[in-house]
Amino acid sequence: MKDLLAAIMLSGIYGLLSASFFVAMDAVDVAFTEASVGAGISTLLMLAAITITGHSEDPVRHKPVLAAIVVFITGGMLIYGTLDMPYFGTAQAPVHLHVVPRYITESMQEIGVPNIVTSVLASYRAFDTLGEVVVIFTAGMGVLALLSMVHGPMEKAEFESINDSMHEKYLILRIVTKILIPFILIYALYVQFHGDYGPGGGFQAGVIFAAAIILYAMLFGMRTARRVVNQALVRLIAAFGVLFYGSVGVVSLLNGKNFLDYSALSADPVAGQHLGILLIELGVGFTVASVMVIIFFNFEGRRKKSNTTETKV
Amino acid sequence: MILGLYNYWIVVVLMMIGFYIVIAHGNLVKKIIGLTIFQTSVFIFYISIAKVNGGTAPIIAEGIQLYSNPLPHVLILTAIVVGIATTAVGLALAVRIKEAYGSIEEDEIQKKDNLDC
Repeated sequence: MKDLLAAIMLSGIYGLLSASFFVAMDAVDVAFTEASVGAGISTLLMLAAITITGHSEDPVRHKPVLAAIVVFITGGMLIYGTLDMPYFGTAQAPVHLHVVPRYITESMQEIGVPNIVTSVLASYRAFDTLGEVVVIFTAGMGVLALLSMVHGPMEKAEFESINDSMHEKYLILRIVTKILIPFILIYALYVQFHGDYGPGGGFQAGVIFAAAIILYAMLFGMRTARRVVNQALVRLIAAFGVLFYGSVGVVSLLNGKNFLDYSALSADPVAGQHLGILLIELGVGFTVASVMVIIFFNFEGRRKKSNTTETKV
Repeated sequence: MILGLYNYWIVVVLMMIGFYIVIAHGNLVKKIIGLTIFQTSVFIFYISIAKVNGGTAPIIAEGIQLYSNPLPHVLILTAIVVGIATTAVGLALAVRIKEAYGSIEEDEIQKKDNLDC
């Protein structure tokens, strides 16, 4: 395909399709995340990137025959490797035998949260999740370091003069988006706080919340959005989320338990678990939402900058 | 029945499509799209391992004995969000390369580099 726009749109559809695979394979939480990330944010970021880097692709391939041979040999070896694997859906597969029965049978007594995925994510493997949140934070900072702009006074005035707001031009977009944004925000909060009982949690809620802010920015233009969403504050919130997560762990350390052992947070261990999961999911939500907003705003800011320099030249 | 392994084969096919795009295409954004396909194939691999025949989604409810495996779901849920964050870093690098070299085609970047030497 020569046109990258079409390729990106197809990859968005592919994201949505794989989300439906995940529902079919009982992974509701994962499907939720993939639907909001793969079909939503990822498509959007790639579109933002190709507005800067150009839509068309050079049709020349590097040694396509050699590449195809390498791919076929690797694929053939991988398929040969699968011949010893357990069949699809077998309950006796090794992956279901070691630690998982304990999660399924004991987590209700130990954690008191019906959604096992949440109790594993936020309690049994909370340290792992802390690592993931730090990676997301670092990636956000990486994008900031690569793309952020230092505005001089002139540039800033120039920046402010661009009016890319769409809300005066398109009546239907304006009305539909204005109606949708509050509901998206409320839905994000519901997903955030209902993650203990149904599919959801900080990761999904953060992405949905960020999607609402990005929708606002696309409709009213970056100039208005920058005024509403203070970038310095968003960076602070991203850092605060990670810090908040870590400090919940330190509180349990100070109370004489292991790092991130929430039973230290309350006299009743199960109530402590509930509180701990709520708090760290909040930290995750803060960081994920603000990192997504940071990434989008920096891509968009770069686009404005590139376009104005091009017209000047 | 050897056909019971079909989930792995789908994963391998998807993974190889992603791999081919990464090595054969010169456009950096296209390479990143290839990487995301590769990445999704790993997600599907984990989730298909977690599936238990007759099991339901791992949310405890009364009257249900058999659940799918929640552990791979946890790993992949966080991996998806980490994946988009790292993809964004890749795209940011592509944007910077475009600004520095005026192109994101590997050949042209290589040519410019050779001229500078």
